[in-house]
Amino acid sequence: MSAALTVLGIAPGVTVQDEGRPGWLMQGLSRGGAADRLALAEGAALLGQSPACAAFEMVGAGGRFRAERALRIALTGAEMDARIDGRALRWSASHRMEPGAVLEIGGARRGSYGYLHVGGGLDTAVELGSRAAHLTCRIGRRVAAGDSYATGPDPDPEGRAQELAVEDRLAGGTLRLVPGPQTELFPEPVRARLETLTFRRLPRASRQGVPLGAVGGEAGLDGAAGLTVVSDLVQPGDVQVLGDGTPMVLGPECQTTGGYPRLGRVHPADLQRAMQAPPGADLRFAWITPAEALKLEAARRAAASDLPNRLSPLVRHPSEVPDLLTRQLIGGVVSGHPDHHPLDPEPESR
Amino acid sequence: MTDPSSHWPRLDDLVLDGALVRFGDRVDDAANRAAVAYAEAVRAEALPGVEEVAIGPVSVLVRIDPLAPERAGTLARLRDLLAARDWPSAAPPPGRRLWTVPASFEGDDAPQLAEAAALAGCSVAEAIAALTAEPLRVLSLGFAPGQPYLGTLPEAWNLPRQAGLTPQVPAGAITVAVRQIVLFANPSPTGWRQVGRCAFRLYRPGGEDPFPLRPGDLVRFEPVSPAALAEAEARPDGGAVCEAAP
Repeated sequence: MSAALTVLGIAPGVTVQDEGRPGWLMQGLSRGGAADRLALAEGAALLGQSPACAAFEMVGAGGRFRAERALRIALTGAEMDARIDGRALRWSASHRMEPGAVLEIGGARRGSYGYLHVGGGLDTAVELGSRAAHLTCRIGRRVAAGDSYATGPDPDPEGRAQELAVEDRLAGGTLRLVPGPQTELFPEPVRARLETLTFRRLPRASRQGVPLGAVGGEAGLDGAAGLTVVSDLVQPGDVQVLGDGTPMVLGPECQTTGGYPRLGRVHPADLQRAMQAPPGADLRFAWITPAEALKLEAARRAAASDLPNRLSPLVRHPSEVPDLLTRQLIGGVVSGHPDHHPLDPEPESR
Repeated sequence: MTDPSSHWPRLDDLVLDGALVRFGDRVDDAANRAAVAYAEAVRAEALPGVEEVAIGPVSVLVRIDPLAPERAGTLARLRDLLAARDWPSAAPPPGRRLWTVPASFEGDDAPQLAEAAALAGCSVAEAIAALTAEPLRVLSLGFAPGQPYLGTLPEAWNLPRQAGLTPQVPAGAITVAVRQIVLFANPSPTGWRQVGRCAFRLYRPGGEDPFPLRPGDLVRFEPVSPAALAEAEARPDGGAVCEAAP
């Protein structure tokens, strides 16, 4: 298929991601895939397509992309400055690009991982059942300026632009922690104290994991840190305690085995919260019971399947219409309050 | 909780992630053989709700969909199966393979062989003989896709890792520490000492069987000259040959 999108310029941390490739743990390959899997599902809902579609994952900043034909896009995850031909775009929304239009995505305002989805999904080579780049395993590569991307068939090329009411997860918060097979290596007072601490991500956070520093002192986990545990299989969400007592929430591109003791597992409902937390955002842990974990998992899946019901047609605020003064406005009345009248049905929602 | 080291094996319900079955708290051959045999038995049962059966160095992770209605029944069956046999003494599962892998232990291919031999208390020639005499078992794969941990070497090879890291060993590097050999899938920094090199590639993109090695397989290194290894580079699997294990 011919190119739908050309990359004119790109920030360093942009890769193609999808739901990853589960099933290769024993071979040493972690699941990988999007750091914020909910954002993938949100993009799929906005475009009315499968959550298995691949999208661009942008770490901290995006790039410039030219549409080679008419196409639909959606923007989810970390909120970034985005414009099509200079016109500001709503985040957590879908939009239309006309042939030749240039989409510019700047730095993240909230969160860490932003996503650019296209109608039909990015049609890149499938390796071991997935299109996701897994750079630590040398699968795929970073997106580079000059790259061209084809898409799969758009299920609804004339689909309306939509926006989505999203669950806020971009500014830290509480990570619900499920006990695991090594939780009891940490004495009860240490486990209780954990819930009273506030953490912030350390600068070396990456898709492999998010190491956390305790605010205002020591986490007090180093007592267990010297423990020798046999290397065991680990997975995204596991919280390892490194040799110096630093807890680290493992990310999608973690290794498959680890020899550090594990506090527990961040519930999949909260993993994107850990991954998205920007520097300086407060993160806390709260233990939940196995019964609560199962209930939460059912709720998480129900919320994901309910995403299409949280869509609404995108209407633009006057403040987002750059050529407002040149338009024929009904009755010639312009409200001074951008909150008031969604004056202008988005042209792209025809 | 009682001292967990007093009762192996043990099965933990991971709630979200199925079950973790551990056969010990240190890497040893018996616990690893138990993991390989138990995993094969679990796979053969094709239990409902099971998404993946993965083998770690001394453990088996059985991933089960946490919301699968059959979850409780599958967990019960895993417990029964665990109690049904003495897994550390179970015979190796059928279908395991013996790989013969040409490897050079000379010159630039073996920059730390002399140092490792000295630590193991033997000559270089004795070291090569010790590393190649017997087939080694694939204990587990990890760190990079398809990358094997091979063992177990004689006690003399219980070498510590280096204090510093080697900035980069090449793909195919044969490295040694703690009675094991790691065969590197990709160029990588490492604290293990490089004692040889082979041309066997551990990930074959696009292939029907992309990762040639499986836990439980046997690997024997066949010493060849650097020139012979250069020739082997051009052959499929870097000249490695696979046959049914005896």
